[in-house]
Amino acid sequence: MKASDLAKEFKLTVVAGKDGLEREISGGHCGDLLSEVMANAPIGCVWLTIQIHQNIVAVALLKEMAAIILTGGNVPDAETCAKADEEGIPIMLSSLRSYEIAGRLYNVGVGRER
Amino acid sequence: MPSFKKCFNIRSRDFIHAGEASIAVQQLLKQMHVDSNLIRRIAICGYEGEMNVVMHGGDGLFCVEIDKNKIVLNISDDGQGIKDIAKVMEKGFSTATDEYREMGFGAGMGLPNMEKNADNMIIESENENGTTVQMTFFTKSA
Repeated sequence: MKASDLAKEFKLTVVAGKDGLEREISGGHCGDLLSEVMANAPIGCVWLTIQIHQNIVAVALLKEMAAIILTGGNVPDAETCAKADEEGIPIMLSSLRSYEIAGRLYNVGVGRER
Repeated sequence: MPSFKKCFNIRSRDFIHAGEASIAVQQLLKQMHVDSNLIRRIAICGYEGEMNVVMHGGDGLFCVEIDKNKIVLNISDDGQGIKDIAKVMEKGFSTATDEYREMGFGAGMGLPNMEKNADNMIIESENENGTTVQMTFFTKSA
């Protein structure tokens, strides 16, 4: 499944990093503590977080993530979007809480084979 | 392979560029075909070290040295230094401000993560006189 498939399936608004939408997603991770995410997020994952500042793009790059979903109706800073566009890291928005969107992703198979 | 060294500047409180040194080193190691698991460990250590300088240190220098058998990250800053090194190594201990905690930092996991992912880590610090963290990663199993 690709980031673009997730956007379509779950009606996520893609606000940045459109160049990376065709990247394959191989897992998922929920987390708002950046050190925890750095320690535990699997490569190629989609990351669900409420953090909106531009450092999330650095974390996504270093963990070789496929995409970021900002949950709970959070909206990224303009600098975050600019950085994500530059690096091709898709940022998608959902009004659902992390728990709810994670459950839906899991139901369609994201992160089940590990 | 001859030894290779490259350094990057880190600026205190500069969240716009924070992480870029670690990303540059990650790209460099990829180009050099370093083992991908090792690159991931170095990326974690680099990022945590870099963010520590941005948040707690002064201006700093982020250096990577690549040798035949090892890769060394040397991250130094001219900031306030660490009063009690044993204390900052405790999981969950942090001096981060509320502002940094809201941004998802200050979990007190950074230095423990670094120690866990490096083969060897040395912290040198003097109160008011900056901090140097040196992490060594062996590229060949001993």
